[in-house]
Amino acid sequence: MTPLLTVNNLTYCKKVRPWLGKKEIFRLAPVSFELKAGETMAIMGENGSGKSLLAKLLVGVERPSGGNILLNGEALSHSNKQQRFRAIRMIFQHSKESLNPALTLGSLLEEPLILNTDLDAPSRKKKIELTLTQVGMLPEHQYFYRHMLSEGQRQRVAVARALILNPQIIVADEPFAALDPSVRSQTVNLLMKLQRDLGLGFIFISHNLGIVRHISDRILVLADGNVVESGKTDVIFNWPKSEYTQRLIQAYQALITRDD
Amino acid sequence: MPKSSFYEEEVYPSPMRQTWNEFQRNHIALGGLWCLVFFLLTSLVGPMLLPYGPLQQNTDALLLAPAWAANGDIEHLFGTDALGRDILTRVAHGCRITFGVSFILVILSMLVGCSIGAYAGMSRGIRSSVINHLLDAIMAIPTLLIAIIIVAILGTGLMNAMWAISLALIPQFIHQTRDIVRREFHKEYVTAARLDGAGNNRILFHSILPNMIEMLVVQGTMALSVAILDVSALGFLSLGAQSPSPELGAMLSDSLETAYVAPWSIALPGAAIFLMVLSINLVGDGLRTALKNRLTQ
Repeated sequence: MTPLLTVNNLTYCKKVRPWLGKKEIFRLAPVSFELKAGETMAIMGENGSGKSLLAKLLVGVERPSGGNILLNGEALSHSNKQQRFRAIRMIFQHSKESLNPALTLGSLLEEPLILNTDLDAPSRKKKIELTLTQVGMLPEHQYFYRHMLSEGQRQRVAVARALILNPQIIVADEPFAALDPSVRSQTVNLLMKLQRDLGLGFIFISHNLGIVRHISDRILVLADGNVVESGKTDVIFNWPKSEYTQRLIQAYQALITRDD
Repeated sequence: MPKSSFYEEEVYPSPMRQTWNEFQRNHIALGGLWCLVFFLLTSLVGPMLLPYGPLQQNTDALLLAPAWAANGDIEHLFGTDALGRDILTRVAHGCRITFGVSFILVILSMLVGCSIGAYAGMSRGIRSSVINHLLDAIMAIPTLLIAIIIVAILGTGLMNAMWAISLALIPQFIHQTRDIVRREFHKEYVTAARLDGAGNNRILFHSILPNMIEMLVVQGTMALSVAILDVSALGFLSLGAQSPSPELGAMLSDSLETAYVAPWSIALPGAAIFLMVLSINLVGDGLRTALKNRLTQ
């Protein structure tokens, strides 16, 4: 069976050109991994390790300098954006920033439908209502503006926005960072339920090792743009190989035992 | 699942509605708005209600005092000037010319300035910085001075003054729009719209423009007060509207010779200009504060 998403030697260099000479400021070393349908992969690492950059490369905000991304065995080119936008959707870290303050949720959710599907207005409206109920909101919320929603509701809207095009893969950049614990677990459960129902591949970036352990099947650990370690969640949590991962896990264990 | 509508009786205040609510709390600005509405009505229907023409001379009543003075006459509420023309009529017509001309100028330069500004905001590199720095250099010169220079080239007259002032107003609109577009383009909601598959133009019109309109209105009111002052200043200097025309600035310079004998003939058009500019500035300031309060909420 071909994996849903295959990433081969994906690299990225950002060059800055000061007046004298060339300097490379940041690079993502070749990254390769595979993702199967219905599988969840977590990307871990400290700040500035290239996690968000990897997410941006996957969804197509940034153009990679080398390597390729295969979706169902077919190469995704940077020119065929439409296909990628429909198949891979992103949930942003700050849901508040990623929603346009001047538009109602209805028109926000309608935008991807107008641009990527040929549904007519009534069926678009139906689809919007359906997606809103899917993420546990009411159809009436389509008349709301960003500022009328709580943080958790905004996160749900961000999920709805990702889901509305029936994607195959969702990339989420720290979707739970700004949420308080109860809302966070609600959102986690919502995402896991949707994944079970729709068979989505899910790539998810987080600092929170508790959630990572809870929902992910496999883990990729990044440090300074290099892949330090990757493998099954259980294996990494119980037998971390590299020193960097060991430190991360130890810090997490220390936190749990202190809580107990 | 039965369709529930818990929220039916609730209102959904749009961002614009919110700004309006915030604006209403500021009573002085609201007073300014009423004053502005009064001037708008005066310039629209005022001239139709008055029995005299703006150039009609009544040789029996030269330099008549206003009606409230001891030797005034109720026939001429604001009195008459040295040629026996009714000042109330002339002020009403003057409001129409000065206010109307300024309004058209501002709309025109806003359209031009915003399109160039949006283009400059979306383009990068040398093109963008040329547009930007060239216009910044022009903005260092006061608009009235630019207008005078342009009038000196084109010749005097209201039409030329209009061209001059609208050309002089354009740079600030370009600058403002460019700044807003630049700032908004870096926000995450634009990236999100881009991932929905929206191109640059769609992002500009569907995502950024709704966020920009209120700021443009604020900028527009500021430009309107500048335009009114410039139109009447050029009229006063006899560079814009010429003498018999009831433009407020031209009326001021007309009655300058009789200022000691008939102070009302200079005070009343002056008061009209003053109130107009004051009310516009109050409204503009109130809008700006309301917008700031809404955005920091």
